[in-house]
Amino acid sequence: MTDLTALSVSEALAGMKNKDFSAVELTQAHLNAMEKARHLNAYIVETPELALKQAAESDARYASGDAKPLDGIPMGMKDLFCTEGVQTTAGSKILEGFVPQYESTVSAKLFADGAVMLGKTNLDEFAMGSSNTTSYYGDVINPWKANDSDADLVPGGSSGGSAAAVAANIAMLSTGTDTGGSIRQPAAFCGISGIRPTYGRCSRWGVVAFASSLDQAGAFGRSVEDCAHMLTSMSGFDPKDSTSADIEVPDFASMIDQGVKGLKVGIPKEYRLDETPAEINALWEQGIEWLRSEGAEIIDISLPHTKYALPAYYIIAPAEASSNLSRYDGVRYGLRVDGKDLAETYQKTRAEGFGDEVKRRIMVGAYVLSAGYYDAYYLQAQKVRRLIQNDFKKAYEQVDVILTPATPSSAFAIGENEDDPIKMYLNDVFTVTVNMAGLPGMSVPAGMDSRGLPLGLQVIGRPFDEATVLRTCRFIERTAAFSAKPQFLMNKAA
Amino acid sequence: MDKNTVIKAARLAQIELKDSEIDAVKSKMEGIIGFVEQLSEVDTTGVEPLQSVNDIALRMREDAVTDGGIPEKVLKNAPESQEGFFVVSKIVE
Repeated sequence: MTDLTALSVSEALAGMKNKDFSAVELTQAHLNAMEKARHLNAYIVETPELALKQAAESDARYASGDAKPLDGIPMGMKDLFCTEGVQTTAGSKILEGFVPQYESTVSAKLFADGAVMLGKTNLDEFAMGSSNTTSYYGDVINPWKANDSDADLVPGGSSGGSAAAVAANIAMLSTGTDTGGSIRQPAAFCGISGIRPTYGRCSRWGVVAFASSLDQAGAFGRSVEDCAHMLTSMSGFDPKDSTSADIEVPDFASMIDQGVKGLKVGIPKEYRLDETPAEINALWEQGIEWLRSEGAEIIDISLPHTKYALPAYYIIAPAEASSNLSRYDGVRYGLRVDGKDLAETYQKTRAEGFGDEVKRRIMVGAYVLSAGYYDAYYLQAQKVRRLIQNDFKKAYEQVDVILTPATPSSAFAIGENEDDPIKMYLNDVFTVTVNMAGLPGMSVPAGMDSRGLPLGLQVIGRPFDEATVLRTCRFIERTAAFSAKPQFLMNKAA
Repeated sequence: MDKNTVIKAARLAQIELKDSEIDAVKSKMEGIIGFVEQLSEVDTTGVEPLQSVNDIALRMREDAVTDGGIPEKVLKNAPESQEGFFVVSKIVE
């Protein structure tokens, strides 16, 4: 019998339409698989009752011929999206037990298109991290293992639960958010595809805020096509988000097979770092060669301010976070730890409710925004951000997309890179520029390293040109023919 | 970065910091500030700071009430509420 959890979105939609299986059966297969995968800790909360109810509604629509674009597709929802009536924690103790009374725009759009929510996926606390080890609800374990060690590996972060769930076939799709690489890095670490669309493409309304000028929702899937289906459903203008873009959303999945012949692909020399492992540079060269032999035009470009993107990010993101997270005061929602007066209540609540990494970033943010430092740090970072965006604008006069590695390493062991925050931050060295400039970027699995772990390539596009990003990734996906599966699934089959 | 700077940052952030925690926080914050320090070498003379990546002006809407009348929902997650209000400790003696 077919393993319903291993299907692609198109196969699942066709199967339900042809009555080969029902939406309830598809959802139940995933719920069963989730039970056997609990040690991965990909979900903070599972929502089987809601999922089965939504699946039954999907079946009714299939029966009446009113099926929606994602009807009956079971997915994971990053626990940063507020979901009405379902606990939303942002991976933090301070929001334990918080039950939103409203639905985020992105989750509402996905439900309106028939998606079924299996549960809320684990994440780094307030989406701050690259390893999913800062969650109050425990580490997420990557379903992949290296061939030379039995150590548990990180799934990447911050959307680590979402990526691990899709890789382990306990969600067909999942939502993520990407503030500095939080979709693309975990996608690369878990051997799946992940797209962060252009800033403004998906509404931020109802998404717990980290750094508002950088945050953007996006999609994970086991194929580029699956991501394309989901992106169309979750995108679109929302008057409730002042930075939401009033731009038409195309049917992305119908545009991915147009090929790359004649496409101008930029290769930025600043992404060749001395410390990048040879295997990753070799995979990048391989990707360039694939595109060239298919008739794409490879153009060497320069993005001169690349090396300043990460330091500028670590001023702007903490500054915005220190402002956004001031709302957690123990008065309106979440944890309260009583002190002798209101000020002490605030301070004790926040000391107990936030984890170390979140506290550190809030304090760094307060510091760079404080009198005497504002100009030297915050204003300077915003100016450097302009220069980074200008670099891309200039590059896009010459090229259609840019190809880079997705990450400077494959998945590392839980506990590694924990001693020094900067070492952890460097995970985002290839992805963070995209957030600074507000561009769409996608990671697609393209090969393996010598330890048997997946590696991704990243494609970066012009603003609101996700279609070209997707079709370039589709070409890479087809050519790389990446078919390896994580050990977790191999063991399950055996 | 001296100890007082760390204490001031914690106070601005409204996060209680125990004396025993200060040294550890200080060393990690110094690492981060040391890392971002390299931005000072970039010549940004005449560069306009970038606040939003989208070059679109914020939209205006009609000045009208579009929401409200849901005090139960607003108070639903409050640690303490009474008669339609959030309850906090007394701030005026």
